[in-house]
Amino acid sequence: MANPLKCDLCSKPATVHLTQIVNNKVHKVDLCEECAQAKGVTDPSGFSLADLLLKASLNPAPTAGAVRCEQCGFTQADFKKHGRFGCPQCYEAFRSIVDPMLDGMHKGPVHRGKVPQKALARKSLHDRLAKLELDLTEAIRTERYEDAARCRDEINQVKQAVAPKPAR
Amino acid sequence: MTIDSLIATPSELTDSSNSKTAIVLMTRIRLARNLSSNVFPGWAKPAQREEILTTCRHAVGATAPMRRGLNVSVSELTELEKQILVERHLISRELCGTKAGAGVVISRDQALSVMINEEDHLRIQVLRAGFQLKKAWNAINDLDTALEDQLDYAFSPTLGYMTACPTNLGTAMRASAMMHLPALVIANQMEKVVRAVNQLGMVVRGLFGEGSDASGSIFQISNQTTLGESEEEIIKRLGSVLASIIEHELNAREKLIEADAGKLFDKIGRAYGILQNSHVLSSTEAMNLLSLIRLGIDLNLFPEASRPVVDRLFIEAQPGHLQHTQKAEFEPGQRDLIRATRLRAEFANFTRPDYSSRTAAGPN
Ligand SMILES: [Zn+2]
Ligand SMILES: [Zn+2]
Repeated sequence: MANPLKCDLCSKPATVHLTQIVNNKVHKVDLCEECAQAKGVTDPSGFSLADLLLKASLNPAPTAGAVRCEQCGFTQADFKKHGRFGCPQCYEAFRSIVDPMLDGMHKGPVHRGKVPQKALARKSLHDRLAKLELDLTEAIRTERYEDAARCRDEINQVKQAVAPKPAR
Repeated sequence: MTIDSLIATPSELTDSSNSKTAIVLMTRIRLARNLSSNVFPGWAKPAQREEILTTCRHAVGATAPMRRGLNVSVSELTELEKQILVERHLISRELCGTKAGAGVVISRDQALSVMINEEDHLRIQVLRAGFQLKKAWNAINDLDTALEDQLDYAFSPTLGYMTACPTNLGTAMRASAMMHLPALVIANQMEKVVRAVNQLGMVVRGLFGEGSDASGSIFQISNQTTLGESEEEIIKRLGSVLASIIEHELNAREKLIEADAGKLFDKIGRAYGILQNSHVLSSTEAMNLLSLIRLGIDLNLFPEASRPVVDRLFIEAQPGHLQHTQKAEFEPGQRDLIRATRLRAEFANFTRPDYSSRTAAGPN
């Protein structure tokens, strides 16, 4: 053929072509001999398609300029190199590349499993505490002493609730 | 608990094998967890890694099942000790190769282990002998919930548990079963099975050896996707895939016996002969021979009491365990001699195969 397909992982001419159906979506992966060997594709005992899809989806040229995670300094180039993110906030910073990547990689786009109830409750209590302390400062500043007393009571209650329980 | 006493104790895998673990040797579930507002291990600076390691070792060590277990940083372990933990499926090869600031906590019964600063801050794992997806899930769910008391997990209502790699988002759960599928291998049906299983969103890997090499006919089947489904749904789906693989393996065994029992018994008999008499055995060959003996036990050619011996040898014929028993390190070539010597000794008193129960019935 005049225009041979390139390997999704390294851009050498592709000789191994795979089509797989995952979650009712057709995925095509083209690989050179070496990458196919390295990924165990030629071995019947299987390989992880998800890993391949992840790497392949990173190859199209990045769209916008250099996106960077404010929290940890991770860049899109770093992600392309490692295939892993730098910190939890990266998912927000790199949303434009995460969303299309997740499409087809998983069963669905939204989490439906366990929720860390205790950790989330603790976080919401911490947030509440921070707000109450602001309210208290404001109440004292504006000499609303009844409000201040009520804030203080509530702060004590919340503090008791967040105090770390001894490990079971 | 020290690493020496842990190694001296038989593991969950080798301890509880019986006829119920004939095809599914072991169930394993792994959860990835990260601490909120912290950089993932691969991107963290050495000081941050150390800080997270300290926090996590303390939190994990404070939970009831882990309190009296092994709690070490990876730098405290020798290469051989790490290899033994890998062979017992308690830590990953990746953890062994990590930079400073990684650790592991293992329960006394070696059923639970938590790797710290591998790809994610926490990799929580449970092992159960046999086909025990539900029990395994209950155990790991409890440990995870107990850890929540002390650790703030990175969690998003839409993406679930935040992981360094997007392929693990959502439940961040990998549930798997280690299956012994000798008849499907002998009948050349594994390729077909792998393809069918892949279509159902599950991954098949060879368990022993590097990569996807499947010596010993032992395969690991696990879920591929983690986001968009609850833990219970994933476990249910995996369970039904496993049940259908078990059925295929049993059918393949029936067919092998119907078609040519002599040929199958010849393989098993030869395996017995080689294990009793060989002087050089590679790890792969040993796994394949032990696999045939294990099939012989399933077919009642050997007594059921022989099963734990074979399952123990699956682990103890691995390079790390072999060298530990010899209390010295050896080149691969020497290991093959030591392995053969060890297996000759184990099989010297191993009950001979008895084909009468099978042949008396004659071809039907
Ligand atoms: Zn390539
Ligand atoms: Zn980041």
